[in-house]
Amino acid sequence: MTEAPFEVKTLEIDGREVSARRGQTILEVAREHDINIPTLCQMEGLSNVGACRLCLVEIKGSNKLLPACVATVSEGMVVSTNTERLQKHRHNILELLFAERNHVCSVCVSNGHCELQSMAQDQGLTHVRMPYRNPNLPVDASHERFTVDHNRCILCTRCVRVCGEIEGAHVWDIMGRGIDSIVITDLHEDWGESSCTRCGKCVQVCPTGALFDKSKIGSDHPKYPDFLPYLNLMREAR
Amino acid sequence: MTIEELEQIAKGVQLENAKYEYEVNVCMDLACASQGAGLLRDALVKRADASGKKVLIRKTGCMGPCSSGPLVRVDPDDTLYAKVKDSNAEAIIKSLGEKPVAELQCDLNEHFDKQVRVVLENAGHIDPEKIDDYISRDGYKALLTALTEMTPNGVVHRITESGLRGRGGGGYPTGLKWGTVAKASGDLKYVVCNGDEGDPGAFMDRSVMEGDPHRVIEGMAIAAYAVGATKGFIYVRAEYPVAVSRLTTALREARRRGLLGSGICNTTFNFDIEIRLGAGAFVCGEETALLASIEGRRGTPKPRPPYPAVSGLWGKPTLINNVETYANIAPIVRSGGKWFFNMGSERSKGTKVFALTGRIKNTGLIEVPLGIKLWEIIDVIGGGVPGGHKLKAIQTGGPSGGCIPADMMNLGVSYDALMAAGSIMGSGGMIVMDDTSCMVNVARFFVEFCMTESCGKCIPCRAGTAQMYTLLTRICEGTGTMDDLELLIELCGTVKDTSLCGLGQTAPNPVLSTLKYFKNEYLEHIVHKRCPAGVCNIAGATAAEPAPAEVLA
Amino acid sequence: MSSKLKLATVWLDGCSGCHMSFLDMDERLLELAELVDVVYSPVVDAKEFPDNVDIALVEGAVASVDDEKKIRKIRAHSKMLIAMGDCAITGNVPSMRNPIGAEAILNRAYIENATIQPQIPCVVVPELLKVVKPIHEFVKVDVFLPGCPPSADTFHAALTALITGEPLDIPSLTRFGA
Repeated sequence: MTEAPFEVKTLEIDGREVSARRGQTILEVAREHDINIPTLCQMEGLSNVGACRLCLVEIKGSNKLLPACVATVSEGMVVSTNTERLQKHRHNILELLFAERNHVCSVCVSNGHCELQSMAQDQGLTHVRMPYRNPNLPVDASHERFTVDHNRCILCTRCVRVCGEIEGAHVWDIMGRGIDSIVITDLHEDWGESSCTRCGKCVQVCPTGALFDKSKIGSDHPKYPDFLPYLNLMREAR
Repeated sequence: MTIEELEQIAKGVQLENAKYEYEVNVCMDLACASQGAGLLRDALVKRADASGKKVLIRKTGCMGPCSSGPLVRVDPDDTLYAKVKDSNAEAIIKSLGEKPVAELQCDLNEHFDKQVRVVLENAGHIDPEKIDDYISRDGYKALLTALTEMTPNGVVHRITESGLRGRGGGGYPTGLKWGTVAKASGDLKYVVCNGDEGDPGAFMDRSVMEGDPHRVIEGMAIAAYAVGATKGFIYVRAEYPVAVSRLTTALREARRRGLLGSGICNTTFNFDIEIRLGAGAFVCGEETALLASIEGRRGTPKPRPPYPAVSGLWGKPTLINNVETYANIAPIVRSGGKWFFNMGSERSKGTKVFALTGRIKNTGLIEVPLGIKLWEIIDVIGGGVPGGHKLKAIQTGGPSGGCIPADMMNLGVSYDALMAAGSIMGSGGMIVMDDTSCMVNVARFFVEFCMTESCGKCIPCRAGTAQMYTLLTRICEGTGTMDDLELLIELCGTVKDTSLCGLGQTAPNPVLSTLKYFKNEYLEHIVHKRCPAGVCNIAGATAAEPAPAEVLA
Repeated sequence: MSSKLKLATVWLDGCSGCHMSFLDMDERLLELAELVDVVYSPVVDAKEFPDNVDIALVEGAVASVDDEKKIRKIRAHSKMLIAMGDCAITGNVPSMRNPIGAEAILNRAYIENATIQPQIPCVVVPELLKVVKPIHEFVKVDVFLPGCPPSADTFHAALTALITGEPLDIPSLTRFGA
């Protein structure tokens, strides 16, 4: 049986009846209806990896939580995006991130423009109960335009994806595993010595102060990730 | 190749073997080899030649009770010798046709009587590097039967009927998985064998791949026929060089005999297998990470759905099963689904291979019908806990599993019963612990394993296991507080609920199960700063919290 | 004295910016003075932390053995303990020495950069803890007021709510690094 290309599904998100096209993700549909589901690794225009686990939602009839960024809608699905259970998990995940590396907001270039910082505020995080790990991480300022400060990195891999998928350069990747994972340029060369095309897309999509533009000072670092869906749209039009 | 030809080969082997009066099988598996089985075999060959007796010296795969190695079994009398040294070779050869060498003979009847060997039926009986040895024991008969007498659907049906469940740990019904891949549309499909065995103390799959590699190949070929795949991959860890070399030899032999390649056995069925080496990452045992690794990418899992059955290797429908699952296929096709279904417990059919390790007399590889009671494994097959110590717990399922306390030894071993007890079947590691083990320390060991093996992709597993490890270390060192314990429990919940793949989702199990059955040990560490088992090094009596009345400096 | 609440403010390892911001409440301090007595603070004379404090506002992280003693005493003698600002809550800037260790910091300050008598002090300057930690790693904290520093408005809104018992939604007022 072949399904029509634009088959419509109806489902319920947080008590609201919504309709969606077949194949749409829960996140897409929620956003179309102004229902906010928190995300960090997800970015419109990049592939979805379902890694940050903040967008997990509850589906009625299943004990398993599904990542809204990759889970697709189905007919009659009843989705809850903000239950007590989810809030607790999101809280814990954010605490884990803050304790993992040295996120010192007050002296961060992204203070006031940081997705992690504002996410913590949105989720009502006022302190971190987990012991801070205080790792000793490097800062690579070898690039003439940009700096990577691993202390602020949350390993969302947006830089890796934008460099590979959009710029097509695949300069960024992940090295090591587990708690020792780190983003690297090329085969762990200095960024300034790498095959970087200097397009700066990675800096714009970085949610925190891990990647930043050297020409800006202090906290004057708003980022403009909105170029991405536009760029994709224009490429498709060609 | 036809059934008749197979029978011809088998007959040839029998005729060849009939030239000998005696068969001396020497276990050359890792445990025996590391204790000098190689020298022993050479000595046996030398002595046999000198004696003029007609003796076939055969090197075989794992016979089971590794703690008694090197092992030698003499046929036709079926005499088993344990802890044999090369200096014993002369005595053994001399004894042929006479009375067995009494001082080497071991009484492991109880050990073997409780076992039922399906997967390990050939272990210790064939030379894993000789395809004809395998064929002589009904090898490849099942593949030929399937190809020439059964439809692919018929094969899937037989597997479904058998009730076989995935032996890699999850216990997903194998027939259902095969059916899904068979129904998936696509011109190209793959069959993958997961040989990335990485649980601490587990070596079931290694023994099967090393001791009976053709059994895995035959299982995969049958699977490929059933689901309509033409290409297979065996993913083996590079740390298993012997398994890799035996499999490589086996694949070459199978191709030479026309059992792999195009137009297998004069049918239109084409199938070949490639070996892919893993680089030692535990997470690559997770199916989506394994597939990524085969594709040449970084071995990290991705969210399911889509399941590999629908979109696997290079986006094509892919059947992925564990080594032991494939090893069960040929016997099921040969003897029928009902035969298999009649073994085991209500919802867990057949047999399961376990690697029995830890504080137990007979360590090694065992195969038991599912449903067997834990005490039968520990006391009868395992020979009990040595040194007058008391059994404390059994850890099953590796780092994803849990600890089952000594007072639950009446539990029947099945997927559901173990799950209900807070552990899992897992791939078959079984670590026995006695009163010298500190359960907090055990939990910390497994959490450390998961922490270092986490791929780092998702936050709860990457950072959560690291935090769990920190908190457990505090408790072990006597600096933990009740707040730490509470946070640990909460963290376990989040890591379990929100991690992307099975590694993270099950990483809290060792903590949760020890908390369930041994909470007093945690409390002893926290409240009384004391390790009941005397394992943790708690520095003296730690200073009490400074009294609040202390004056400001 | 009256039924006014007893308020203490404490300065551990921090820059005193939180106290400055507190003082930035300006004329609203007079309003506050109607409701509380400041019984202990860097800006008043008392040298000893009093016995029965109702609200203790603590700025700064715990970085030395002295800080640790103080925070335990403060906790024991206060009904409500408020962690004031990021240093008290996260360790913030003082904790930036953690990855490199206390010894490296002491060497830099007292040996490498000393022009005369390079030596690490052993009297007067309290011994540093190996790791700078937020105060809730040592004692129970009742209210967390993040910010570097929390704004005067935040202080006003939060203190007013806490004193009068009105509901208080801190995340709507301030955040880490604010």
